[in-house]
Amino acid sequence: MAEKLFSRPQSLKDVAFHYCPGCHHGIIHRLVAEVIDELDVRDKTIGVAPVGCSVLAYEYFNCDMFEAAHGRAPAVATGIKRSQPDTVVFTYQGDGDLAAIGCAEIVHAAARGEKITTIFVNNAIYGMTGGQMAPTSLIEQVTNTSPYGRNADSAGMPIRMSEMLATLDGASFIARVAVNNPANMAKAKAAIKKAFEIQINGHGFSMVEILSTCPTNWGMSPLEAAAWLEQKMIPYYPLGQFKAPEGVAK
Amino acid sequence: MAEKILMKGNEAIGEAAIVAGCRRYFGYPITPQTELTEYMAKRMPQVGGVFLQAESEVAAINMVYGAAGTGVRVMTSSSSPGISLKQEGISYIAGAELPCVIVNIMRGGPGLGGIQPGQADYFQATKGGGHGDYRNIVLAPNSVQEIVDMTIQAFDLADQYRNPVMLLGDGALGQMMEPVEFKATDTVPSIKAWAANGMRGRTQPNIINSLHLQPEKLEQHNIHLQQKYAAIQKNETRWEELYTEDADLILVAYGITSRIARSAMEKARSESYKVGLIRPQTLWPFPAAPFAKYAKTAKAFLAVELSAGQMVEDVRLAVNGVRPVAFYGRTGGMIPSPKAVYEQIVKTLKERGGN
Repeated sequence: MAEKLFSRPQSLKDVAFHYCPGCHHGIIHRLVAEVIDELDVRDKTIGVAPVGCSVLAYEYFNCDMFEAAHGRAPAVATGIKRSQPDTVVFTYQGDGDLAAIGCAEIVHAAARGEKITTIFVNNAIYGMTGGQMAPTSLIEQVTNTSPYGRNADSAGMPIRMSEMLATLDGASFIARVAVNNPANMAKAKAAIKKAFEIQINGHGFSMVEILSTCPTNWGMSPLEAAAWLEQKMIPYYPLGQFKAPEGVAK
Repeated sequence: MAEKILMKGNEAIGEAAIVAGCRRYFGYPITPQTELTEYMAKRMPQVGGVFLQAESEVAAINMVYGAAGTGVRVMTSSSSPGISLKQEGISYIAGAELPCVIVNIMRGGPGLGGIQPGQADYFQATKGGGHGDYRNIVLAPNSVQEIVDMTIQAFDLADQYRNPVMLLGDGALGQMMEPVEFKATDTVPSIKAWAANGMRGRTQPNIINSLHLQPEKLEQHNIHLQQKYAAIQKNETRWEELYTEDADLILVAYGITSRIARSAMEKARSESYKVGLIRPQTLWPFPAAPFAKYAKTAKAFLAVELSAGQMVEDVRLAVNGVRPVAFYGRTGGMIPSPKAVYEQIVKTLKERGGN
């Protein structure tokens, strides 16, 4: 008898993603959905979509969803969780949303130890508006608003959000992962699962930063983009766990 | 029977919200409404509610968006500069049709302005305030008792119409103390089938959202909103009028200014001037009907505000050129005396009253 080995997670709707070829959002959506399924919490999960390429995440996740104003997802999630403390609340945010316009909201949600989980997708560029510089764009990275390459003198250095948030006592779990190969995908899923479990177990704020490609706006093929992530992004944004509650394995 | 207690306006708002069943408050301190934030910090834990001092007004209004979207009664409060910061969130709340109560205890502007009472946020409150075609229901109390009654009413209206309701007061109302009574309400909390509070056995997810990328759908959404606003205009317009039937001159004032206008009107009546008063209690929807009616009998109108002239524009629209509409206002936290308003009454009657 044939055995079904692979199917759509229940926490993803049967809707085609709008993401570009080679973009990692689709993989990341699936990993989050698989974790929600495996933890069996879909019935009490509430997600918050950002402004950016994943603005339509509320069309894809098969659970109650909010669409937040640009950068405000952690504040919206705070309002949700403080009103429905028995729910599992996650935000899904990009680098412009979380590290630029929403920097205050993410810092204070983490500082308060809000019992929410943030999925932070860092692709070092603004995707939805068509390839402008992000706070996480690398030095010398060419974008539409850094056409001569990001210059540290005028644009400053890229922000490492995971390291920054890990300094806050309210942050319980902070990890950076990538999904550029199967081994990293397995590690990414394990980190996402840990982040959700930490929320469910009543610890404070948890965040998984996921390095992601943007072939369209990087001006690369998907394979070139995967290589650029490996060669350029990971050296500046090292993978690993920056914060975990005592007793949670590294 | 509830007994009367002496309470400050700001604190009365907080207690009234609790009476109305509000158990979530997100705010940020700003003069002259800080007593309300402090009151909620003290009271919410006593009633099993949530008080959260947000990192900014921007964060606070987005916490309101999150809480309201899960179906609970929720309030935030601020004063003029802080209300400006909330406008992005208010537009999203209006777009996503979430019920909530927003309190603005106005001070003088623009910019950082001052901390004394003002009424210069009328345009912002009644014409939308943020981006897009939307309306807040705007309630304008003129006493601490009316603050209590309107705060409770605000939660009911918000739920009924799935719309933000703004309680628009000023620094004088927020700071003054008067005896108040909290009447038990018989409001039955509405069932919010649209709320995104976790599926909990529901077959379809609920989505709280203000994004409609297809123009046809966004237009349909706007048509729906406009139909809702038309229903609010039809059903919820409120005002008070005094001595209007035989008046040659009708004063128009709301909030604290209406009490000054009333004193001036009473002095004018004692001097045999036929003066009346229309006091809008809802600023949006604006009560246009009494102006259309009395434009046939009164000779002129005089709007009095703590602004350079904002509500007077709605008075002129309502009077529609049939009679002259004069204006008298002070700004910057300066409050006109009843005598100054009385002098404006005499002047307006002389110049435009046809006597």
